[in-house]
Amino acid sequence: MKKLLLLGDEAIAQAALDAGLSGMYAYPGTPSTEIMEFIQNSKDAAGRNVHRQWSSNEKTAMEAALGMSYAGKRAMVAMKHVGLNVAADGFINSAMTGVNGGLIVVSADDPSMHSSQNEQDSRFYGKFSLVPCFEPSNQQEAYDMVFDAFEVSEKYKLPVLLRITTRLAHSRANIHLKAHIPEKKLSLPADPLQFVLLPAIARKKYKSLLSSYESLRYENRISKYNNFKDGNRRALGIIACGIAYNYLLENIEETINDFPVLKISAYPFPSDLIKDITGRCEEILILEEGAPLLEESVRGILDDGIKIYGRLDGTVPRDGELNPAIVAKAIGLPVSYGKDVPSIVKMRPPSFCNGCGHSDMFNSLNEAVKPYGQGHVFSDIGCYTLAALPPYNSINSCVDMGASVTMAIGAADAGLFPSIAVIGDSTFTHSGMTGLLDAVDKNSSVTIIISDNSTTGMTGGQKSKATGRLEQICEGIGVLREHIRVIVPLRKNHAANALIMKAEFEYNGVSVIIALRECIQTATKRKRSETSVE
Amino acid sequence: MKNDIIISGVGGQGILSIAASIGLAAVANDLFLKQAEVHGMSQRGGDVQSHLRLSDKKISSDLIPYGKANLIISVEPMESLRYLPWLSADGWLVTNSNPFINIPDYPAIDEILKEIKKVKNHIIIDADGIAKNSGSSRSGNMVILGAASPFIDMPFQSLENAVRELFSRKGEEVVQANLKALKAGRECSIGLKNGKVH
Repeated sequence: MKKLLLLGDEAIAQAALDAGLSGMYAYPGTPSTEIMEFIQNSKDAAGRNVHRQWSSNEKTAMEAALGMSYAGKRAMVAMKHVGLNVAADGFINSAMTGVNGGLIVVSADDPSMHSSQNEQDSRFYGKFSLVPCFEPSNQQEAYDMVFDAFEVSEKYKLPVLLRITTRLAHSRANIHLKAHIPEKKLSLPADPLQFVLLPAIARKKYKSLLSSYESLRYENRISKYNNFKDGNRRALGIIACGIAYNYLLENIEETINDFPVLKISAYPFPSDLIKDITGRCEEILILEEGAPLLEESVRGILDDGIKIYGRLDGTVPRDGELNPAIVAKAIGLPVSYGKDVPSIVKMRPPSFCNGCGHSDMFNSLNEAVKPYGQGHVFSDIGCYTLAALPPYNSINSCVDMGASVTMAIGAADAGLFPSIAVIGDSTFTHSGMTGLLDAVDKNSSVTIIISDNSTTGMTGGQKSKATGRLEQICEGIGVLREHIRVIVPLRKNHAANALIMKAEFEYNGVSVIIALRECIQTATKRKRSETSVE
Repeated sequence: MKNDIIISGVGGQGILSIAASIGLAAVANDLFLKQAEVHGMSQRGGDVQSHLRLSDKKISSDLIPYGKANLIISVEPMESLRYLPWLSADGWLVTNSNPFINIPDYPAIDEILKEIKKVKNHIIIDADGIAKNSGSSRSGNMVILGAASPFIDMPFQSLENAVRELFSRKGEEVVQANLKALKAGRECSIGLKNGKVH
């Protein structure tokens, strides 16, 4: 059997290809990006022409994947956890329509917020939408689960949520591959109304969704991903979900026979197995990477049953990702520790690269906005968010993709003048365009600066759908031609750029300033590949 | 056999090629491997680290527990200190002596070296200088990997093969320069290590 060294993300991508994937859909987002990138670099995918282009955002990705499933083929869509918020409308309703070809929705959560604005736990989405959810404990299991997830998806005619977290996504491990499954042929759903959620149809479909959720719960008793192992001692039973099981094994590899352990990696979680372990132990420890989803259920509001330790009583910190030490402490094992970090060691936060156009743009913006004082600049998700830090201190918000434009509109509505948005080119085509239409529609007094580095920079330089068409898009949405200004953010243009910004702040209507300069990382990579071609 | 290694540096310094070399060698030696990397925001000039675990048995956690690392390999001196909570009492710290200064409050290098010398087992080498003398100023990484190689429980030859494999696409000249840097780092380190024993 073939063995490869793969990141968790790559293992999922490889598994999807091996399981007969016909279409991969995604928008880049840490820690999910490498799933699509692996498929884009795969010879197998190229040879079979598996769909592998980036989508404009997670919602379009989700819906396109559902379309491929409608046509009877296996599809996968991947996103970071907050991307699932964007895709939520399509995702939740895909549980209602059900699927035709197998459909896997990968949501990569980022507990501890290494590269995110929150640490929401995607398992809630599984419960909320009533779809099966898998949570692998290691990379090999992630690989294997993809095959089973496609099967479960086709058996229950439901999308399957595959929830992973940063450590699993971005850690490499040895993966044993399975035999390749051929792609499915094009075949339309047997029921032509399956995907029509008219209320009369939706009501029936919801009843069947509710009943399939109970069947799933029942079946998950015997899922190979949920297993109970009894222990010699019954004092403390441990329930570990997903990757928490890995940290548990790290700590009790040699003493595992002393503990009854229930591993849960397939949801809805099986009540019978939980009753089984709680019934035979004096106390229970619940380990979950993310929110205390299972713990809340097991405790209930009354919390008057067996003694439970977990995130809710502080045995495990309420926030942040798990690690071997947190789990050791929770079990009551000694925690090893090296030396403290010497006090002379300073923080080294990320910063703009040398030669980054964003930094020159912010220098001009800072000068242009100075006469108006602090608090006028709404920003967005991308490298340019680093301008919140010194020495720039330029921006006053970073909330969600596209929110710079719409928050600037709301603040202008409230009377803030000037009201300025700074958004990247890829973020703009992801979710900024509709906000701009709102602004044009009511002639808001806002200035939208699109810091166009012609790539999706923060996630490593994926293609930006905005490249070369921003002026046309803005004009098409209705921004007046004379208020679409293109500047080149270079030091030598600093004074002129600041003047243009100031002039547009003073205009009482919608202005767009496109600050166009290619990302230095992308440019270097491009030049390198061009010279190697010569 | 079990090696728990933390590789550290600053985003953009290329710690991942050190990790990739060890990874390839581990596969050739039929070892289990786990290697947690940092992607995303921190790669923009922030501190980055990789937890790399090698074993002849299955490995569970992707993260090394505190106090359990046998080795810290750092391409930047201040960054080597950031991971001391992970280093075991008799673990080795192998670091480049050349600071990467991209923050305004970077401490005095003497202070940093003083702290590094407090670690019982340490190797401090001028990787940039050695790389330059080996004819490839860009292979400081490989000097550091070479300097760390005496503390990694795999035959040195398997690391050489891995470096060859990793750089093969860039032509024989690049391969040879990196191999030379790897060897120079190893020799320097063995010299320092033996000096310490006396």
